[in-house]
Amino acid sequence: MSTFKFVGKSLAYSIISLIGLSVLVFVLARVLPGNPARAALGPNAPPEAVQALMQQLHLNEPLYIQYWYWISGIFTGNWGLSLYTHRNVLLDVEQFFPATLELIIMAGIIDLLLAIPLGLLAGKMENTYVDNIIRVLTYIGIAIPSFVVAIFLQLIFGYGLHLFPIIGELSPGVTPPPRITGLYVIDGLLTGEFNVVVDAIWHLILPSFSLALGPLAQEARILRSAVVENKNSDFTLSEISHGLPDSIITTKYLLKPSLIPMITIYALDISSIIANAFLIEFIFNWPGISRYGLNAMLSKDLNGIIAVVMIAGVLFVIANTLVDVIIGYLDPRSREEVSD
Amino acid sequence: MDEKVSRKNLIKRIRNKYGRYWYRFKRNKLSIVGLGVLIALILMAILASLITPYPSNAGLYINLSQENLPPSLAHPFGTDMLGRDILTRIIFGLRYSFLLVGVVLSVTVIPGVVLGLIAGYYPKRWFSILIMRVADIFVAVPPLLLALSIASVLTPNITNAMFAVSLAWWPWYTRLVYTSTTSIRNEDFVRAAEVIGASPSHIMFSEIMPNLLGTILTKVSLDAGWVILIGAALSFVGLGAQEPTPDLGTMISEGAAYLPQVWWISIFPAIFIVIIILAFNLLGDGIKDMFSSSIR
Repeated sequence: MSTFKFVGKSLAYSIISLIGLSVLVFVLARVLPGNPARAALGPNAPPEAVQALMQQLHLNEPLYIQYWYWISGIFTGNWGLSLYTHRNVLLDVEQFFPATLELIIMAGIIDLLLAIPLGLLAGKMENTYVDNIIRVLTYIGIAIPSFVVAIFLQLIFGYGLHLFPIIGELSPGVTPPPRITGLYVIDGLLTGEFNVVVDAIWHLILPSFSLALGPLAQEARILRSAVVENKNSDFTLSEISHGLPDSIITTKYLLKPSLIPMITIYALDISSIIANAFLIEFIFNWPGISRYGLNAMLSKDLNGIIAVVMIAGVLFVIANTLVDVIIGYLDPRSREEVSD
Repeated sequence: MDEKVSRKNLIKRIRNKYGRYWYRFKRNKLSIVGLGVLIALILMAILASLITPYPSNAGLYINLSQENLPPSLAHPFGTDMLGRDILTRIIFGLRYSFLLVGVVLSVTVIPGVVLGLIAGYYPKRWFSILIMRVADIFVAVPPLLLALSIASVLTPNITNAMFAVSLAWWPWYTRLVYTSTTSIRNEDFVRAAEVIGASPSHIMFSEIMPNLLGTILTKVSLDAGWVILIGAALSFVGLGAQEPTPDLGTMISEGAAYLPQVWWISIFPAIFIVIIILAFNLLGDGIKDMFSSSIR
């Protein structure tokens, strides 16, 4: 019960922060020199056309009225005109967001699938050569920026070995499945087009691994030290003395408490995955919202920038909330602490 | 005479204290490696114009007869699309990386720590609530994304990139110091100082802050790698240093267009970024070891 209370409270704080964030980005974007209407129409547009567009975009009004127009537009489906695609930003978001979501989910899955076994193995085999190999790998994994990983992977597995595609979401000859969710893997499964599913996953592997490497290295290290700590704890020793098989002790009793510090970091790592997606989509020419956002940034398209920043903020809040719930499930103490 | 003796003793005691820290630091051999690599790289950056083979190639220099040469004895890391020596540009590029770290950390750590101390010492006052709510706004999006969006609305150059990264960075120190201060502020030694009438600034800076130094320094050294990473990312997408500035991130992104045949333009600067970040992380681990037992 108190988990819900705790989650509710942190959600309320997050919403206040998000509103503050929207004000911050809005003010930053609007107080800058330069006229967005002029920028959109080009230097040769007649002054009347610039005036008309400024009127249409409410650029002549005071800042707080502009903000009011913008925030009420967010809830009525008018997210402002993108000066880059020349249409409602909401339409752009609907078109480009699913590809990014697919990438982030895939990265999150690869992250956990590799971090848990690596951390567990290193912790169980503390100070052996296995532990040392994993330690060196995780050190390097943390130090390599994801865009460098992406370039290395493209060179080795794309250009060198021809194992994976270098850019894009689907191979040129493959038609996208009928749009249901916009996530190609899920749409392909729903409509039974398994060749599309395979092709989409094949295209997802390099970009999502580039995103996952840093986070998974950090998580593996944290899991390792938690396993080392819990391995010698009283509860583990009592299970060993009860004669429980090692596999049950490891998976059931050792892993669960050791996951808590790792999952706490996982929320922050999801945030770094979201941020790094901006670079990875650029490198892999991935048709997602982050590449759209980066283009908006490079062409100073304010409505596009604000929309993308806010979406990242919302995704981060969702990730944090999920992590709070998972920790509430894994760690009974966290539920008790909140209640009093 | 007496004074002299006590002074000698004092110096001895300080030496012992630092000797203890150094002993803890050097127990971890990897930290020594990290420190050594960083000192070497910083020396290289400072002496760049003396030690590089082609100092003129650092800036605007075009020699198309030498373009895209593979690594050789004359050009150990090859040349780029304008015929410039890549090793030279990397060594000059180190200057910008270290400059970024120095500027960002020195303008964020102090205000961030002071705000955190104030908010943690007066946890219920309106200005503390304001400070922490504003900090929450800044951490509501990932720092890389915040830096990208701030840099994007400014003119892209190296100064604005530093500004953008700094703006994204300070709240993390405020939050860290706030949490530690709220837990320390009810300890007996703080209460005692209040009872004898010490001023709030004395309590904050002379009583509470020394206890947080280890935590802060550890975070600073681990953050240095992150700052390099974010700076490189900004230049990589074109929102940081601009050509002909020899910035490592800019070099990687320019070279990316020539992959896979001319791989050396991107790969060598990338390797150097990895080495710097790795060295800072190793140093950070050493500093963590140095303070971990003395803090508890």
